Amino acid sequence: MSAIAAAADIAAAVRGRRRSACEVVDAALAGIERSNTRLNAFTAVTADRARARAAAIDAAIARGDPAGPLAGVPFAVKNLVDVAGLPTLAGSRINRDRTPAKAHAAPVARLEAAGAVLVGALNMGEYAYDFTGENCHDGPSRNPHDASRMTGGSSGGSGGAVGGGLVPIALGSDTNGSIRIPASFCGIFGLKPTYGRLSRAGSFPFVSSLDHLGPLARSTLDLALAYDAMQGHDAHDPVCVARPGEPATPALGGGIGGLRIVRAGGYFRAGAAPEALAALDRVAAALSAEREIDIPEAARARSAAYVITASEGAALHLGRLRKRAADFDPDVRDRLIAGALIPGAAVAAAQKFRRWYREAVLRLFDEVDVILAPATPFAAPPIGQKSFMLAGKEVALRPNIGIYTQPISFIGLPVVAVPVPEAAGKLPIGVQIIAAPWREDIALRTSHHLETIGAVCAPLPPALGE
Amino acid sequence: MSDDDIDAFIEAGCRLLDIPVRDEWREAIRLHLAISLDHARNVAKFELPDDADPAPVFTA
Repeated sequence: MSAIAAAADIAAAVRGRRRSACEVVDAALAGIERSNTRLNAFTAVTADRARARAAAIDAAIARGDPAGPLAGVPFAVKNLVDVAGLPTLAGSRINRDRTPAKAHAAPVARLEAAGAVLVGALNMGEYAYDFTGENCHDGPSRNPHDASRMTGGSSGGSGGAVGGGLVPIALGSDTNGSIRIPASFCGIFGLKPTYGRLSRAGSFPFVSSLDHLGPLARSTLDLALAYDAMQGHDAHDPVCVARPGEPATPALGGGIGGLRIVRAGGYFRAGAAPEALAALDRVAAALSAEREIDIPEAARARSAAYVITASEGAALHLGRLRKRAADFDPDVRDRLIAGALIPGAAVAAAQKFRRWYREAVLRLFDEVDVILAPATPFAAPPIGQKSFMLAGKEVALRPNIGIYTQPISFIGLPVVAVPVPEAAGKLPIGVQIIAAPWREDIALRTSHHLETIGAVCAPLPPALGE
Repeated sequence: MSDDDIDAFIEAGCRLLDIPVRDEWREAIRLHLAISLDHARNVAKFELPDDADPAPVFTA
């Protein structure tokens, strides 16, 4: 259904010389020029560099050199990821004083090595401490399906750019849900790999023990192509495992035969709006996932993730809070200051609980292969909304959008967020496909199967779909 | 714990950590600290043995 070219199709056309990389990149840059005023997804467009890179790819193909699996595919990266020649903003005012990065971050370099063409850096919540996509310095990222609504965050520009068809692939980061939440609100696919799978070298940290990088795209195939291109050990990230690449793309069409698929109940049903439950029901029915399980102590896992995030995040920024507190986004600064005051004993208890919880959840995977859960408790709220009703109680919005993502990333499980179109009127909403550690292939296969049978897809934004 | 108790904790803690705080920031800091401490209490209710190790987060 998509009128937006997929990365896989672009690369095939460029490799086959049916289309030049220069044409593709010029079209992408024109689209960004046309739509970014409305979406506010990009904070920098690297047009000259992208055109030069595209010309080099075309020249290499003309010489008969082998072209990569992402030949000529435009992509963009959340602005906490190093881009050579740009200061790494991480959504902040303070980082504008940094010297420009000397080199691309490892995942950017790997995507380029696969033939992709970087076209710019993307808006995000300051220092990745938001679930909204709002930013007081650069303005909010805007949802491509309704520009008055949130993209979700913190990879808000990544969600808006892919959801709005400006680029087929974007790179985001996910500490507590920052890939999966924009994927849900913007109606696209997002992969948060296993903790330690992809290198984070050259990205601005938030909470080291929870930080992941991963791709967002408009199809599972594009997601897998980007993921495969970024795999591999990197000695510059001490958390990145020395594990050989395990390409997911070749097995994508393997179907779901033999997979034991269940849905998460209990905590993951409480507080979900009707549209979130309807989306989960639709995906579960498409997969014949009738069994419901309880992920033990999920609420407490979310609490522990919250405490660790607040404390580790505050520790990272303590020097900046001392010297430049007034230069922070107020919504971020106040949370960081509060985090600096959390007693150390509370953090130690949360890390102890984390091991218990990890072992309890991993035992579930002796009996199941895939767990389904809502990605967000509701579809994209209006920009500026400050609170919502959770289980009958009014709570602050910004800290609570990630109630269903935090218990999963807390122990680093791989997740694909899949988009269910029009589950909430004209707005999409996402469902998490959760697998055991290092089994991204299973989550991606399940996502691809759902896409193949038409149960999920990235809906066209109104500007392109009418 | 009352708001006054939390305000006193914020005042002393920020002075100890050398974080300058303006009066107009205090209400939001109090809100977020209260949320974090609620979560910490929720974790603390879960009893684990003394020899329970924290989760590994670093491999080398």
